[in-house]
Amino acid sequence: MAYLELQELRRAFGPVVALDGIDVSMDRGEFLSLLGPSGCGKTTALRLVAGFDRPDAGSIVIDGKDVTRIAPSRRDMGMVFQAYSLFPNMTAEQNVEFGLRIRKNRRAARRKRVSELLELVGLGHAVKRYPHQLSGGMQQRVALARALAIEPRVLLLDEPLSALDAKVRVQLREEIRRIQTQLGITTLYVTHDQEEALSISDHVAVMSSGRIEQIGTPSEMYRAPATPFVAEFIGTMNRLEAVVVDGERGEVEHGGTRLTVDAARGRSRGERVLVLVRPELLELEPSTDGVGSDNSLVGEVITHTFLGSVTRLKILGREAELIADVPTARVDSLPVGLPVIAHVPVAGTRLLSLSERPASDGPDPGDR
Amino acid sequence: MRRRWIAPSAVVWLVVAAAFFLIPLIATLLFSLKSIQTGKCCTGAAYSFVIHDDQFWSTIRLSFQLALETIAISLLLFVPTVYLVHLKMPRLRPVLGFMALVPFVVPPIVLVVGLLNLYKGAPSWFYAKPYGFLAAAYVILAFPYMFFALDAGFRSIDVHTLTEASQSLGASWLTTLVRVILPNIRVAALGGSFLTLAIVMGEFTMASLSAFRTFPTYIQFVNESQPYAAAALSLLSFLIVWAAMLALLFVGRGRPRPAQLAATR
Repeated sequence: MAYLELQELRRAFGPVVALDGIDVSMDRGEFLSLLGPSGCGKTTALRLVAGFDRPDAGSIVIDGKDVTRIAPSRRDMGMVFQAYSLFPNMTAEQNVEFGLRIRKNRRAARRKRVSELLELVGLGHAVKRYPHQLSGGMQQRVALARALAIEPRVLLLDEPLSALDAKVRVQLREEIRRIQTQLGITTLYVTHDQEEALSISDHVAVMSSGRIEQIGTPSEMYRAPATPFVAEFIGTMNRLEAVVVDGERGEVEHGGTRLTVDAARGRSRGERVLVLVRPELLELEPSTDGVGSDNSLVGEVITHTFLGSVTRLKILGREAELIADVPTARVDSLPVGLPVIAHVPVAGTRLLSLSERPASDGPDPGDR
Repeated sequence: MRRRWIAPSAVVWLVVAAAFFLIPLIATLLFSLKSIQTGKCCTGAAYSFVIHDDQFWSTIRLSFQLALETIAISLLLFVPTVYLVHLKMPRLRPVLGFMALVPFVVPPIVLVVGLLNLYKGAPSWFYAKPYGFLAAAYVILAFPYMFFALDAGFRSIDVHTLTEASQSLGASWLTTLVRVILPNIRVAALGGSFLTLAIVMGEFTMASLSAFRTFPTYIQFVNESQPYAAAALSLLSFLIVWAAMLALLFVGRGRPRPAQLAATR
C-alpha cells in the first residue's frame, strides 16, 4: 500500500484551475519530484500536502489516514521553503531546536538531536550564528536540518535551491539526496529544473496546466516521454511531423523524405505522428552532393553552441530545424555553412500520435 | 589610518541644526535657573520646588501609568490586527492606513468632545477615571504612530513564510505570534511604544478638557503662577522623552534585526 496518496486533488483560484484532479502515490522512503513550468500547479500541490491550503475536492492520505482537513501544525510535515525561512531572531541551533521545543522534548535529547543534524548538514561549526550571518546555501542547510529535526512523516521541499548560485545548487542537491537516502525519509520535491529533478529523484512527475502528464523514473522520462509536452520539457528533442506510409515496415514520410523507425511498426497508414529524436542520437556527416542517403535528412549547419564535451549544432533542414550534439573534438569537420546529412536511427527514435496518445512501447502514465 | 575629511559646508549645516535644537533648550535652562525674587541667574530654586511638590510626582506617575496602559492596549489591539491583515487580508492594509490618518486630521478638541458625548452613559469607573476614559482616548490618538510603526515592521519580514515555517514545525497561531513574529517586529513595536509614550506624556488638550490632572496640565498650572518652575518642568519632560529614546536604542541594538536580514538577501 502506498504511504502518501494524493487522490483526485483539485484546487481552483477563481476561474484559474491550479490543480485539475491529480493522482499521485508514493511508497515509504521514496523521493518523488513534481516537475513543471511556472504556474503548472506543482507548488499548489505541495501546499495542499503541507496543509497551508485546502483542496476543493479530493483527499490526501498518509499511511492510510486521511489528513486533508488536519491543520498544518498537526500534520508532522517537515518543509523547506523557496524563500529563506529561518527565524531571524534565533541562531542556527535554536532554529533547528524550535520544533523539538514545541513538542516539549527533554533538553538533553533536544541538544543531542540538534547537534547530530547540524553535523549531518555540515554546519557543526556554525551553531551559534544568526541567519544573517549565514550564506544562502548555509541557510537552506539549516532549514533542512530544522525540517528533519521533528522526524517528519513526509519531507516537503519547495524549490529550495532556486535562490542559490549554480555551483552551490549542484552541491546541495547531492547532499539532499544523500541525507534522504541515509534517513530513508519519504520526500516530495518541487522544482522547475529538469536537471535537478532527474538527478536526485526516484520518480519524477511532470505537470502541466494542473495535470500530471507522466510519472516515471528519470530514465523512463528521458527515454520514453509519453506526451509531446514531456518530450519538449525533458531534455532537448527534435520533433518531426510525419505521416505513416507503411505500418508493416515502419515507414513514415517527413517533408517528402521516407524514414524507417521501429516505433512506427503496427501503425495505421495515413496516421499523423510526431517523430522524436534526441540530439545525441542524430549522426552527422558532410554532404558532398546535397542528396541524403537512407534514413537521413539533409540540411546546412547554421550555428555552433559550445557545451563543454559536446557542441550543439543547429541545422536548417528542408522542412524543419534540427539540433544535433556532436563531440567537440569532431566539430571542426562540421563548420557553419557546411551541407550535412543527418542520419535518423531506426531504433531509439520515439513516435507520438498527434492525438497525443502515448506510443505503444511507451510507459502507461497511469501505471503507478 | 587616514582621517576622514569633512566638508566645511557639512560643518556649517551641523552647527545650524545644532543651534536650532540647542538654543531653545539652553534658553529654557537659563530661564529655569533664575531666582524668583531677583529674576537673576543662577539658582536651583525652581528645581527644588518641583521635586518637593507632591503634585509633580503624582501627575508624572499618572501620566506614566497612562502611557504604559495605552502602550499595552495598543500593542494587544494592533499587533494581532496588523499581523492578520498582512497575512490574510492584505487588501485591507490601505483601509487601515487611511483610518490611521483620522486622528491626524480630526483636531484633538473635536475628538475629545465627540468622545465625551459618546461615552456619556458609560459607567463611572470608566468615564470618570483617567485610566478608563483618557486611556481609551489616548489609544485612538496613538493609533497612527503605532500602526505605521508596526506596519513598517511587518513589511520588513516575510510574514507568510515565517508563519508557515513555524506551523509546519507544529506551532499554534499563538506560539507563532509570540515566539516567531513578535521578536522579529520588536524594534518596530518598541518604536511605536516610545512614540506613544512621548505623546501621552505631552498630551494636554484631552486631559484638560476632560478635567484630569496629568503631567502636562500640571505644567500648565504651574506656569500660571511660577514661570521658572514651569521652565524647569519643561526641561524635565524633555529629559524623560530623551531617556525613553535612549532606552529604545539600548533595547534595540545588539541583536539581528529584520532590516539587517533583508540586507543579506
